[in-house]
Amino acid sequence: MPDIAALHAPSRRQLLVTGGALFAWSYLPRFAHGSTFAADGRDPRLVVMVLRGALDGLAAVAPVSDPAYQALHGQQALSLTGDKPALPLDNFFALHPAMPNFARLYRSRHAAVVHATATAYRERSHFDGQDVLESGYKMPGKTQSGWLNRALEQLPKGERIAVKGKGLAVGASTPLILRGGAPVTGWAPSALPAVQDDLEQRLLDLYRHSDSGLANALEQGLGLEKVMQREAGGMRPAGGNIIQAMRVPARGAAKLIAADDGPRFAALAFDGWDTHVNEGGATGRLALLLAGLDGAIEEFEKGLGDSWKSTVIAVVTEFGRTARINGTAGTDHGTGTVAFLAGGALNGGRVIADWPGLRDADLYEGRDLKATTDLRGVMKGLLADHLGVGANVLSERVFPESQDVEPMQGLIV
Amino acid sequence: MTAGIKAQMALVALNRFGLGARGANSGDLANAAADPRGFVKAELASPRTALLEGPNLRSSEDLLAEMYGVQRQRREALAQAREMANQATASDAQQKTTSPSPVSPDPASAAPQRPLPNFNFVQDRFRSDALARIQRAHAPACGFVERLVGFWSNHFCISAVKGPGVRITAGAFEREAIRPHVLGSFADMVKAVEQHPAMLAYLDNAVSVGPNSRAGQTRKRGLNENLARETLELHTLGVDGGYTQADVTSLARILTGWTIVGPPGRLGRPGTFAFNPNAHEPGPQVLLGRAYADEGVVQGEKALNDLARHPSAARFIATKFARHFVADEPPPALVARLTKVFRDSDGDLKALSLALVDDDTAWSAPLTKIRSPYDYIIAASRLIARVPDQPQRYLGSLSLMGAPLWQPPGPNGFADTNAAWATPNGMKTRLDIAGQIAKRLGNLADPEEALDAVAGEAASAQTRQAIGRAASREQAMALVLMSPEFQRR
Repeated sequence: MPDIAALHAPSRRQLLVTGGALFAWSYLPRFAHGSTFAADGRDPRLVVMVLRGALDGLAAVAPVSDPAYQALHGQQALSLTGDKPALPLDNFFALHPAMPNFARLYRSRHAAVVHATATAYRERSHFDGQDVLESGYKMPGKTQSGWLNRALEQLPKGERIAVKGKGLAVGASTPLILRGGAPVTGWAPSALPAVQDDLEQRLLDLYRHSDSGLANALEQGLGLEKVMQREAGGMRPAGGNIIQAMRVPARGAAKLIAADDGPRFAALAFDGWDTHVNEGGATGRLALLLAGLDGAIEEFEKGLGDSWKSTVIAVVTEFGRTARINGTAGTDHGTGTVAFLAGGALNGGRVIADWPGLRDADLYEGRDLKATTDLRGVMKGLLADHLGVGANVLSERVFPESQDVEPMQGLIV
Repeated sequence: MTAGIKAQMALVALNRFGLGARGANSGDLANAAADPRGFVKAELASPRTALLEGPNLRSSEDLLAEMYGVQRQRREALAQAREMANQATASDAQQKTTSPSPVSPDPASAAPQRPLPNFNFVQDRFRSDALARIQRAHAPACGFVERLVGFWSNHFCISAVKGPGVRITAGAFEREAIRPHVLGSFADMVKAVEQHPAMLAYLDNAVSVGPNSRAGQTRKRGLNENLARETLELHTLGVDGGYTQADVTSLARILTGWTIVGPPGRLGRPGTFAFNPNAHEPGPQVLLGRAYADEGVVQGEKALNDLARHPSAARFIATKFARHFVADEPPPALVARLTKVFRDSDGDLKALSLALVDDDTAWSAPLTKIRSPYDYIIAASRLIARVPDQPQRYLGSLSLMGAPLWQPPGPNGFADTNAAWATPNGMKTRLDIAGQIAKRLGNLADPEEALDAVAGEAASAQTRQAIGRAASREQAMALVLMSPEFQRR
């Protein structure tokens, strides 16, 4: 047997290449002035975390009472007994033991799980799957704008954040989910010293006269870091282990959206969920990633303070993984998976699932957890009840051609 | 042609096709203006231009053998430490059950502990290859071939994040599987890539086992379809190339047994590609409607050869190629012409590259794309004429810009569009990096000379004015590096 195990040992420290960068809508809605939210004084926050690579929903929230589950996941199956027992959510589902914080939120009805869910996409390409997840369209290839951006375009216009229009922002690219017509800005933990304000202004001036594309990008980037520096005293770069790589951007994002003049809507993307090999069970590679996700959610809860009660966090992924463990102690690309919801505004404490079962005949194409809940319905429900986006707009603009997908009712307190 | 138009053509030659003008009186801009097409094509004359060799660059076989050796030393040292601990415990236990011995052995003094061998050498080897790549990028006048290497390396990307085996061979993969074929045949490149240890490890094929093979039956291991799927989706046909899940599974079966020789060397020389018949799924397979008899490794080689020549591959590659060099939304007529060249030439990548340079659209389309992070860092370094002897600063800058070398976020590589790089964060980071470079140069910089080297007559009045009015040489130099003339390609 070739000694390839060592060749494959994932470098734990570096599993997450990009960590997470925050991207946010750069208008602060003026809800106080006659918006639909003025009456109850709510100032809703929405955070979407995209898990790229396809999260194994059956490993994250295990149907421990489904008679077929143990056989499908074998030694990697979660169990309610043993050293690392899974955390029971109800009589049927149990949460991965790496997520105690989420379990606590669930018990206080500030968290919920949607199981056996997926977008409208039924192929198995990561990249098309992510396009569909983030664009909100039924088909891949629509990559001009994301559903969160189009939802935000429908909200009443507010004040531009970061009034001075100067600052520092560092990071990679805006995720598709937030691209589009509504202005967006970005921030990520920074390590470089800032250049002088004077140079920034001169360059902006040059771009305004010669290259409007670069001018817009730079100008939008200049805003957020000032708020960040004020609120957080500067952030250290994401580094160290996986858990820190997810906690640090979440901590920064929480500070920004908690600020009075910060953005209200944010998207973060985390890589590394493509567990083809040695996925692990109660411990192992996926367990580390889930612990990072659990930590990120905790950072939001802590950092938002009083604003937590008006916040919803949605954690989504492009599709699930095969119901059976593959030939290399991992799972290949699949279909149905879970979405995690959390936040003080959430009507939580439940697993929302129309459970399709796990017998061979129940599986999609004989291999994947079947998707019985359209993820678009979940997102439509959140946008409708949390942000007040109208039904027609949701079915035509935000999730085009989704008239047949009802917004899920009762997600918001 | 007016001097302005000539300079504009030179800008296309150097920025769209190359890595930017070198400073220090290189004359690159003038040479490019004199014969823009000839300037770009000069590098294509010899296929050896793309090769990279050097005293510090070793084959992936050597590198993996070194890694296996250190792993073995580590295991032995750990085993030794465990054994000593066991002996100490045993003698402790003995002492408790018998009477205290007059001379009690001190376990600490039994033998000096050998320090555990560490894995720092993996990062050292990675950096040697990174440095060689960066240094090479400073050598050519245009840099078209290095741009081609970057394109193909990103198309067939691996990621060092996978683990030490991929990290240590990340540079060797590019030298061995990409560079020899950049001006050769696409089918040869596909074969070299899918049989390279770095790719077999990165996309898990090295551990994929045919369920009905001897190893599958005895060890209860099975298929992993990762490499098969990405070969179809990302390497050859494209996601809309007309394959199904059944084709993915079929190709996964065909590729079982394609693995890496481990330290015992049972299948060959350790650290090389091997076909392991014991892990290969027996029997014929059907891929895209065509049957492939089980001829061992040949089954997979024939399948890859057909994929590389598939019409979908021609269209997919031509589109990506035009997107990389010309525009995020490449002109359909240009894509159609490149597709035809690819098909008619049987995937001759030199012919494809020449067709692009010969195409008028490639010279008339406006410079709307922004340089990738790597091309930006290299262009800046070429301009200030500093060939580095350490890669760390370059690697650090690339990570900050979200493009760490040989570590893309997924097997689809880094994005190749403005949406990915001309972002608020991205622009601000570029500015910070430009500020750092300018600060290090201080008063040594001659910003006006630099602007003349970059763009000459093609520099806009606004850029000239901004640089002329800057408060310091340092500030002016940062503005040159951030000017649209420098950033756009």
